Amino acid sequence: MVEEIASTADGNIILNLGPQHPATHGVLHLVITINGETIQKVEPHLGYIHRSIEKMCESLTYRQFIYVTSRMDYLSSHINNHACALCVEKGLQIEIPSRSQVIRVLMDELTRIASHELWWGAMAMDLGAFTPFFHAFREREAINDIMEETCGARLTMNYMVPGGVMQDIHPNFQRRVKEFITLFKSKVSEYNELVTGNIIFQNRMKGVGNLSAADAISFGCTGPTARGSGVSCDIRKLYPYEIYEKLDFEEILESDGDSFARYMVRVREMSQSISIIEQLIDNIPEGDFQAKTKAVLKLPKGEFYQRVETARGDFGVYIVSEGGTTPYRIKYRSPGFSNLSALDHMARGSKLGDLVAMMGTLDLVIPDIDR
Amino acid sequence: MFILKYIKEVYNGLKSLVVGLRRTLYYFSHHKEIITQQYPDNRDTLVFPDRFKGEVVMLHDDNNEHACTGCTACELACPNATIKIITKFDITPEGKKKKAIDKFVYHLELCTMCNLCVVACPTNAIKMAQTFEHSVFNRAELTKVLNKPASKIREGVE
Amino acid sequence: MWSFSKISKLIDSWLSVNFSSTWTMVIEMVIAGIAVITLFALLGLVLVLMERRVAAWIQIRLGPNRVGPGGMLQSLADTLKLLVKEGMTPDGADKFLFNLAPFIAMIVAMLLMAPIAFASNFQLWDLNIGVLYVTAISSLMVISILMAGWASNNKYSLMGAMRSGAQIVSYELSAGLSIMSIVVLSGSLNLNEIIQSQADGWWLFKGHIPVVIAFIIFIIAVTAETNRAPFDLAEAESELTAGFHTEYSGMKFALFFLAEYINVFIVCAIGATLFLGGWMPFHIGHWQAFNHVMDFIPSSIWFFGKTFFLIFLIMWFRWTFPRLRIDQLLDLEWKYLLPISMFNILLITLMAILGWHF
Repeated sequence: MVEEIASTADGNIILNLGPQHPATHGVLHLVITINGETIQKVEPHLGYIHRSIEKMCESLTYRQFIYVTSRMDYLSSHINNHACALCVEKGLQIEIPSRSQVIRVLMDELTRIASHELWWGAMAMDLGAFTPFFHAFREREAINDIMEETCGARLTMNYMVPGGVMQDIHPNFQRRVKEFITLFKSKVSEYNELVTGNIIFQNRMKGVGNLSAADAISFGCTGPTARGSGVSCDIRKLYPYEIYEKLDFEEILESDGDSFARYMVRVREMSQSISIIEQLIDNIPEGDFQAKTKAVLKLPKGEFYQRVETARGDFGVYIVSEGGTTPYRIKYRSPGFSNLSALDHMARGSKLGDLVAMMGTLDLVIPDIDR
Repeated sequence: MFILKYIKEVYNGLKSLVVGLRRTLYYFSHHKEIITQQYPDNRDTLVFPDRFKGEVVMLHDDNNEHACTGCTACELACPNATIKIITKFDITPEGKKKKAIDKFVYHLELCTMCNLCVVACPTNAIKMAQTFEHSVFNRAELTKVLNKPASKIREGVE
Repeated sequence: MWSFSKISKLIDSWLSVNFSSTWTMVIEMVIAGIAVITLFALLGLVLVLMERRVAAWIQIRLGPNRVGPGGMLQSLADTLKLLVKEGMTPDGADKFLFNLAPFIAMIVAMLLMAPIAFASNFQLWDLNIGVLYVTAISSLMVISILMAGWASNNKYSLMGAMRSGAQIVSYELSAGLSIMSIVVLSGSLNLNEIIQSQADGWWLFKGHIPVVIAFIIFIIAVTAETNRAPFDLAEAESELTAGFHTEYSGMKFALFFLAEYINVFIVCAIGATLFLGGWMPFHIGHWQAFNHVMDFIPSSIWFFGKTFFLIFLIMWFRWTFPRLRIDQLLDLEWKYLLPISMFNILLITLMAILGWHF
């Protein structure tokens, strides 16, 4: 070596992983201290895609600010919009029609499947298997087509509005969702053949990235990350919103707390979402898709908080209103930020290859972390 | 027994690999499963759902008349100042002044296709078009005037 | 019927009539050199296209289909692109070693071409220790990787090179042992004689289960030796961006890229020679008519067919499996492959002594 490689006094090497790196799924910057292949410390540096969305929302009206939240966790944009719409409705104290409630839940669960599909492909890609990514996208495209037909967009839909949904569902919606369910069920065994059952994959995932239940709670992990450690934290069960309390579904829990447990939680969650969709798709009640609201929304003075379960965990919207047409302050509680904080704890002592696998199982979406 | 366990481990490991190989061989040999769409070639057959949000257009009928009253509801609904309505005063045959649009300026480069303007319009004067190939060489071309030249407001639209 | 051996004999006799023996030798060497370089270029183009096609079909895509008929000229276009790109040398790199490394990779790949029999009586160098030569030279490959990783002055490159070093050194063992099992059976280190010993049937079929095990171990080991997925730890895209060739660009990168594919070709050619009978046609017992039809197919087609089948196997692995971790990679070698192949070679030795094979 011509120049000295940057290293600490005790002979460890400091490696900058990112912001441009294939494994960080965006612009996450990890400063890793490694000893050979063994990780001593992981230090995430954030802020490369910070767009001050919270500040932007303060200058937008209660109808307008919802579309911005699609750009945070772009993989579960429906669910983000849903949380905002719910929070505004809470402030306005309006009841929304049951038809729009069912449509919202259907869209949420479709989004959850789409998000987990993408995660599944990206997860396999992190471990060096390229093929599952394309196979996952085949199913995800089917969902995107459904979304495109009803909401008019494939990624940033802006379909949930205060009072209901923006448009009624497309006449083809029910038929196409049923087609998707058949497609998904016929393809889900491939996931086990290609990835889950594979001995190389299992060896890479089992017993690495251990996160105990106590640690998961103290780091504030939510969603599949915490449920992989056996922490019951599904907002749909604990603080049901919309019609979730009437639905029959299971909160997926795995007790091992390793990467494989987190992987299994997500894979099994897809089947649960399919079962929720199956319960609802034939039972969409007739009625309005939107409640009557005033042209200009004004929230009463006060503070409002609403949490929902996104594909990544507990997403919260906190609105402080001074009684005007725009919020005084908005704060989003994003699941990715807290989940990422556990990475250092999980990664210490494991190999560099494992770090990539762990980041995959945390299902990081960087714009969600930075906002 | 140790040896038996070892052999079983090797056998199960190999079996899981063979299962994966069989799946990929299936896709390798079954080309009907290919899902690629060759985009620029299939332009003619490309069908977009009618709700697809491509860009905002103003609807004109055969008499070159539109339904925009210039009420600026869309301008107010837009989160990023994409729409700017410039109004003028028409003189009606009765000699009264009537507010009408002079220019409906639409900044496509700022638009996020959120559909809020279309929802806000009281007279359904604007809608989302399904065009999506918006690339141009000059940014100024993205600033569009949506009302056609010499177009008028349709009779009876208030 | 024309064949490679007839052409080479024709050229040889024409040259020896018209020139002195020294000049004949020189001209023949030049022709051989040009032939090898041409083969290199052709193989690079064909293999890259083949890999992309295999990957695309497995991934339910179409693959290259824009340049030329059915995308056939895609790799030619890629080569053109790489040729006109700037070959940068990073600041702080060891410039001499950095620029030398890709050429070492190519030279090693070229040297390995020498003892391979491409068709019956068509070989550059009929070496009586051909197997030993191949195993010895192929381990030089790691030097170019270490050189590239070290000289790049990049931590990713360095880690990739170190991984590759550990990997190639360990997998040499089981690759060597499974090659040895054929040497034991055929009783020769000469590649030509090994092929001749398979005239009555390929070793894969003659040698019962132990040879099948040796073949599987050979395929796994050479996949690791050529740094192909699932053992592509030296490149490990999602961990080390591009591993040892992170800093290479333009034609220098292309040489590494080409060397990888040539190495795949060579190890598959060796595998085809040892286990699948090289250019020997496929014969079944006493079915004279069938055997005669098989004989009618030129020997070069047999050789390339077998080789490309093995190449397809390796590509198929790459697009199916996830990558191993470095400690698991070494575990696999030292805990599974090495004990199994040691036990296996004992069995094969016993088999060879007692004459249990067909």
